[in-house]
Amino acid sequence: MTARQEPAAPAAAIAAAGAGQRRHGSFSLAARDRRFGYGLVAPAVIVLLAITAFPLVYNVWNSFHHVDYLFPAALGSFAGVHNYSEMFTGGQFLPSLYRTLGFTAVSVAVEFAIGLALALALNRRFHGRPLVRAAILIPWAVPTVVSGLLWKSMFDPQNGFVNYILQSLHLPLAHTTWLGQTWTAWAAILVADAWRNTPFIALLLLAGLQVIPRDVYEAAKIDGAGVLRTFVRITLPILKPAIMVALIFRTLSSFLIFDVIYAMTNGGPGDSTQVLAYLNWFAMFNESNYGLGAAISVALMVISLIIAAIYVAAFRTEQVV
Amino acid sequence: MAAVSTALPRSRSARRRRHTRKAAGWSGFYVMVAVFVLVSLFPFYWILITAFKTQPEINAGTTGLWPAHFTWSSFSFVLTQGTFARSLLNSVLVAGVTTILTVIIASLAGYGLARTQIRGKQVIMGFLLVAGFFPVIAMVGPIFVTYRSIGLLNNLVGLVIVYFIYSLPLATWFLTGFFGQIPRELEEAAIVDGATRLQALRRVIVPVAVPGIFTVAILGFIFCWNDFLLALMFLTGPNKYTAPLAIMNLGQSQYQTYYDRIDAMVVIVTLPIALIVLFAQRRIISGLTAGSFR
Repeated sequence: MTARQEPAAPAAAIAAAGAGQRRHGSFSLAARDRRFGYGLVAPAVIVLLAITAFPLVYNVWNSFHHVDYLFPAALGSFAGVHNYSEMFTGGQFLPSLYRTLGFTAVSVAVEFAIGLALALALNRRFHGRPLVRAAILIPWAVPTVVSGLLWKSMFDPQNGFVNYILQSLHLPLAHTTWLGQTWTAWAAILVADAWRNTPFIALLLLAGLQVIPRDVYEAAKIDGAGVLRTFVRITLPILKPAIMVALIFRTLSSFLIFDVIYAMTNGGPGDSTQVLAYLNWFAMFNESNYGLGAAISVALMVISLIIAAIYVAAFRTEQVV
Repeated sequence: MAAVSTALPRSRSARRRRHTRKAAGWSGFYVMVAVFVLVSLFPFYWILITAFKTQPEINAGTTGLWPAHFTWSSFSFVLTQGTFARSLLNSVLVAGVTTILTVIIASLAGYGLARTQIRGKQVIMGFLLVAGFFPVIAMVGPIFVTYRSIGLLNNLVGLVIVYFIYSLPLATWFLTGFFGQIPRELEEAAIVDGATRLQALRRVIVPVAVPGIFTVAILGFIFCWNDFLLALMFLTGPNKYTAPLAIMNLGQSQYQTYYDRIDAMVVIVTLPIALIVLFAQRRIISGLTAGSFR
């Protein structure tokens, strides 16, 4: 990242070469370089503002206005905090929030633990390692909605593999209607989510592991450090940036889980697997209430920001110690 | 590899003991790796055999790990009946156009950020990250309301625009880092030889940057190909559906879920992605670990 802080060399070289000449304000080579740069960056920056500023401002605006297409008479009129109070009194928001946070905590913990084990395994040199890497990368590359459907298929009470294997091995739960009950539905969702996303964590951590030089481990071994001590004292500290990136990415995307829920349970049975993103979508798509939807979106953005801030703060203070 | 050459000579028995312990460790290790691979790939096998089963066999419930009768009928059904073939074409078009747009704009911006002395670089880079992780669902409402008023709903152009603005920030972020690593001497030489900056960019830098651009293109394509939520929000007619939306909507009637049809469609949608992963594994991982995708 140091490259960004250095002055651009070609421009600097040109500017140095022309230093003896008189500079005519914006006709100087440095200014020409800058104009060239602005020209290149401008399209992206305009798009960038469209993606961040516009939805942000428009969401906040909509959240204080009536944007309910089922009541066109009031469309666009000022609503005060009506949408926010509806969000809280509707009885759906807080339960969904708790469910989402709970799922996020459990899924991130499970996926991180397995992902770390997988990364450590893949960090060894062995025959067929590229093939193994490709094999675990494929689940990550399939559409999320496909991973949901695929596991819905696996967990199907009649045609699914899960009940088939349980029955064949004479294990309990062989007649479970997995997606028909709250906790088994969550278990199925967790499996689908972990199946797709654990490889992501594993590959991020693997990249972090591969920058650790082998002689560091050799030295630790010579000094008599055990496996656990080596892991805690050497591997984890060096891995910390990779861990932080993996955790932030996964926590935010787990918090916003939608596709898998949509494909597997539609938020059911009842509302028991309804998460915030689903509630947000439902308010907009099914109830056509874009004011309420905006209020929920604002809440989602705020919570996402808080989550990211907590991670950054946590990892920063640890680095000081 | 260095470990081998620096290993100290040891007595023969000690070496043998170490060898057996190591062999036991390795076999346990291979079992673990095999379990990971099996869990990763088995669902695909299950999908594949379900897609080849006949409808009566599926209705009868699972009896084994192998279909009693192989049939192509669900594949031919989804490809010839209904709108799934059309949806595949839509997906290819939308993902292709978006990828090309993203690559061009992100390359220009990435080069500008890495190699010119524009002001506010840090601010722009910070913005890129924030924008890249902006929750999709929070973007959907405002864009829906806007599209509704300008008539871009149920329009593939509208979808391309959304995909483009969503994949651009991280693509630019990645390419900025990538351009920053290319030796400056290359373009200086071109400029000394009389090329303009834009010519130097096109003739000298871009060819060197092909691996990075390729990475961004692959990840951008996968993102568009896989998206469900945005397509769900903005597309309403079956003629405009992209493939993931088609799978969700065409595989079930009110009364029945047609697993053979769903799974045939899943196989068709997954196949190109699996091939891309196999052939471009290295590129994907490099993009992924640089944080250009989630």
